[in-house]
Amino acid sequence: MSSENGKLLPETDAGGLNFEATELTLGLPGESRVTSDGVAKLGSKRGFSETVDLSLGDNKNTNKFGQSQIDVPEAAKSPVSKAQVVGWPPVRGYAKRRTKSCKYVKVAVDGAPYLRKVDLEMYNTYQQLLTSLEDMFSCFTIRNYLSDKKLDQVNGIEYVPTYEDKDGDWMLVGDVPWQMFVESCKRLRLMKSSEAVGLAPRTPPKCSSAS
Amino acid sequence: MQKRLAYSLPDEVLEHVFSFIQSDKDRNAVSAVCKSWYEIERWCRRKIFVGNCYAVSPGMVIRRFPEVRSVELKGKPHFADFNLVPDGWGGYVLPWIAEMAGAYPWLEAIRLKRMVVTDESLELIAKSFKNFKVLVLSSCEGFSTDGLAAIAASCKNLRELDLRESDVDDLSGHWLSNFPETYTSMVSLNISCLGSDEVSISALERLVSRCPNLRSLRLNRAVPLDKIANILRLAPQLIEFGTGAYSAELRSDVFSNLAGAFSNCKELKSLSGFWDVVPDYLPAIYSVCSRLTSLNLSYATIQSPDLLKLVSHCPSLQRLLVLDYIEDSGLEALASNCKDLQELRVFPSDPFGVEPNASLTEQGLVAVSLGCPKLQSVLYFCRRMSNAALVTIAKNRPNLTRFRLCIIEPRTADYLTLEPFDIGFGAIVEHCKDLRRLSLSGLLTDLVFEYIGTYAKKLEMLSVAFAGDSDLGLHYVLSGCKSLRKLEIRDCPFGDKALLANASKLETMRSLWMSSCSVSYGACKLLGQKMPKLNAEVIDERGPPGSRPESCPVEKLYIYRSVAGPRFDMPPFVWTMNEDSTLRLS
Repeated sequence: MSSENGKLLPETDAGGLNFEATELTLGLPGESRVTSDGVAKLGSKRGFSETVDLSLGDNKNTNKFGQSQIDVPEAAKSPVSKAQVVGWPPVRGYAKRRTKSCKYVKVAVDGAPYLRKVDLEMYNTYQQLLTSLEDMFSCFTIRNYLSDKKLDQVNGIEYVPTYEDKDGDWMLVGDVPWQMFVESCKRLRLMKSSEAVGLAPRTPPKCSSAS
Repeated sequence: MQKRLAYSLPDEVLEHVFSFIQSDKDRNAVSAVCKSWYEIERWCRRKIFVGNCYAVSPGMVIRRFPEVRSVELKGKPHFADFNLVPDGWGGYVLPWIAEMAGAYPWLEAIRLKRMVVTDESLELIAKSFKNFKVLVLSSCEGFSTDGLAAIAASCKNLRELDLRESDVDDLSGHWLSNFPETYTSMVSLNISCLGSDEVSISALERLVSRCPNLRSLRLNRAVPLDKIANILRLAPQLIEFGTGAYSAELRSDVFSNLAGAFSNCKELKSLSGFWDVVPDYLPAIYSVCSRLTSLNLSYATIQSPDLLKLVSHCPSLQRLLVLDYIEDSGLEALASNCKDLQELRVFPSDPFGVEPNASLTEQGLVAVSLGCPKLQSVLYFCRRMSNAALVTIAKNRPNLTRFRLCIIEPRTADYLTLEPFDIGFGAIVEHCKDLRRLSLSGLLTDLVFEYIGTYAKKLEMLSVAFAGDSDLGLHYVLSGCKSLRKLEIRDCPFGDKALLANASKLETMRSLWMSSCSVSYGACKLLGQKMPKLNAEVIDERGPPGSRPESCPVEKLYIYRSVAGPRFDMPPFVWTMNEDSTLRLS
């Protein structure tokens, strides 16, 4: 499983501190975050999933435990990785087919005090990604060029989603097929619309689905 | 005169009568009646099934049955699916193809499971059998798209090409173009296991459009959603369809095109595929849902509400494969909506995770057992279970024939009582009198095996892991399960005593697999030497078992009955325990 997440452990291994209370959120003041069953749990796994996001991939639903549905890599679930028994559980071809690889990229939002990380492999379309970013940074609106509709404005500031590709260039999100984007994206930046003058196209780019 | 009537029936009449007898068991019974029936029967047997390719040699099969049209072979043991059988173990089909090429020029069908198939084998098939119609490669490996290209180019009468879950080397997507323009006989095509570069969409579309009898088409993940509508419109007569990746940017034109294409398929009964599902596109299949009898969502990483909604549209469902995202709530909906359900498989979305990532517990299975009166076959992965639930399930569903439960964490106890699951599984075998297949999990003592030995008289296949206390457990099973054919055991404290005491039982079974148990090298040698009709093979990657004390346990043991004697294609890490070959060990 991804070793990248091992690096996040020291942050989350707060070992029983009231982590939630000290956690900064970007939501509107007083907005409640979906939590797990209310009991402050020890151990790093839940803390980790709460800090990443609570509704990645599907902003409408969380499961009964209020936990996000991400496949949180094993390394993050316990301080010591559980040694896997060969061939157990008896699931076929798992390494090949079902477990997706992780592709965590940093997300920076102009004006936000700190960055977030999202796993691009959790999504299948641009819409899913942008919706999820919108939830993560819920007090901003993100200009969605793809469906050519403006998202509801909350406080009047629009953001343009951009990303840095493998060549180091900053690109507008949405031009290339989704899979190509996932492969080439190194980091995301939600740029203030006002700064994007001259970059943001007037007509929405034609985006074909993965082919 | 009447007594002699049987002897005076001409051979042709007997042969005609025998042609109505299709099942292997009945055919075998017929051939055992008398010498003349044996002779007549062997000349008119058209289908053979060899459950273990090493149990008999191709030559022996060909000598006895000279006019075979259809062959089915199985190779590696079942635990190979879970990486317990090292690469190179065996199961090569080439020797079979090579001999059949000469002996069965009119061979029409080859069905293989867990065998190593090479491009050379495929090329030989393409060259040798002029009327070849059916090729099914289930969980096979060792071949590439080049081999498929040979099949496509030469097999003018091919009806079925099914590569289910095989591991294919992708070299080029153009193999499909090898089907000539004059080829129109495809009925069933399953390429769902192929990777991204292995199929040319335009070649696929041309093939589909010229095969009017195409009834079953399962595409691979690389076929994008926006191509599906076109393919469906070219084949509205499809009964079974597997999508590729079921995701795209949500566009109303793509959606309505897709929905229209699906609604055009009036005979569609089975759907599968659904990789990378975007829930917004699921309603496109609603028009076919009411007719669906089989739905495979085991790759669909969608959440419970979407699954629930989908399942509620499918009242005729008989078979459902799904991830644990369906949760207890989804299974409860299934139980109330799908009264015809016969088979349910729930797979773990996060099998290696320590804690549950979906709210799926024993409750879901209990609900389905209560609500679905025709439920016969269950495969269920979960993280908690109780004896009470198992007893309820057993009493609700005595008609279960296959019950495979995998409690993900080994040796997990009943979460309510903290007791082993002996009582629960005991209830299953006691109430489900027709149970043919059982997989155990969770905390289990020797007691569960006593129940199994006592009650599971129809049980043919048993899978055991991390269970039992002593040899007594194994002894109960081997001495009690009359119908047992396949027994596979891993990580159990079973040793020599039960095995040696029940050695003759092993001749009545197809095979026994034991890995990470306590069977000593000495016992294996003894079995191999005393039981000539068994092939006792030790798999040990640490080096020759003879280099360690006789009391040392072997890593893995695979014992199977055979009339062909020890095999000749063993890799360096497999040792046969049979007498002639023990010289090799020193």
